[in-house]
Amino acid sequence: MSDALKFTYEISGDDFTRAGEASGDAKRKLKQLGISPEAVRKVAIAMYEGEINMVIHADGGKIDVIITPEAITMILADKGPGIKDIEKAMQAGYSTAPDNIRALGFGAGMGLPNMKKYSDEMDIQTEIGVGTTVTMKVFI
Amino acid sequence: MTVRDIRDILGARVACGEEFLDKEVHSACGSDMMSDVLAFLKEQAVLLTGLCNPQVVRTAEMMDIVCIVFVRGKKPDEAMIELAMEREIPLLCTGHRMFSACGMLYEKGIRGGATYSE
Repeated sequence: MSDALKFTYEISGDDFTRAGEASGDAKRKLKQLGISPEAVRKVAIAMYEGEINMVIHADGGKIDVIITPEAITMILADKGPGIKDIEKAMQAGYSTAPDNIRALGFGAGMGLPNMKKYSDEMDIQTEIGVGTTVTMKVFI
Repeated sequence: MTVRDIRDILGARVACGEEFLDKEVHSACGSDMMSDVLAFLKEQAVLLTGLCNPQVVRTAEMMDIVCIVFVRGKKPDEAMIELAMEREIPLLCTGHRMFSACGMLYEKGIRGGATYSE
């Protein structure tokens, strides 16, 4: 992977209004690199939902964006509570987000479904009390 | 239709982005839930919403949304305006409720950009 390019973002968990800064930055960088607008948008939306999830559920975390000639890979790692029931979390409309998050326009239970929808491959590794790592790939 | 046409149809005030009023708009969506906005791709869309926080601008940024209309008299704050200007997204404000604002645009030919299927 000598021709891979990597960006790393530390996501702060304490400020919901700033959630999305990393995804916006990644989107602009990918655009500058000349990646197709469709791929850029898929990455931006999938990563944004993931970033929001990290802030809502896991008190932040770290996102790596790795770009190769074939694909853009996003690795979202947090030290949050873990996902109790992945199957349920993947159902559109199922949410454990608190009401104050819903008032901000999220927590509709669309986070993980949207992440799956906009990525070409998605893998979730989660352990209760340890954290969650979501890996998403968008082919270019 | 352009952002300027939308401003005129809704009698909206331009909170920022006067210089982007000639941008073309081809479709629209109306929602207060940003995750629902993110669930459906639209081309050259205007977003109508009663939600008023920075995540509305960020959602628009990720989706390449052309323009945001705040309905029910909602007013974006300075931080939102700053964010929108950085992203070159004009912000409009109207006192119309969501249903009426969407209906007025629909009547003038703007559509949802997707057909309904079960």
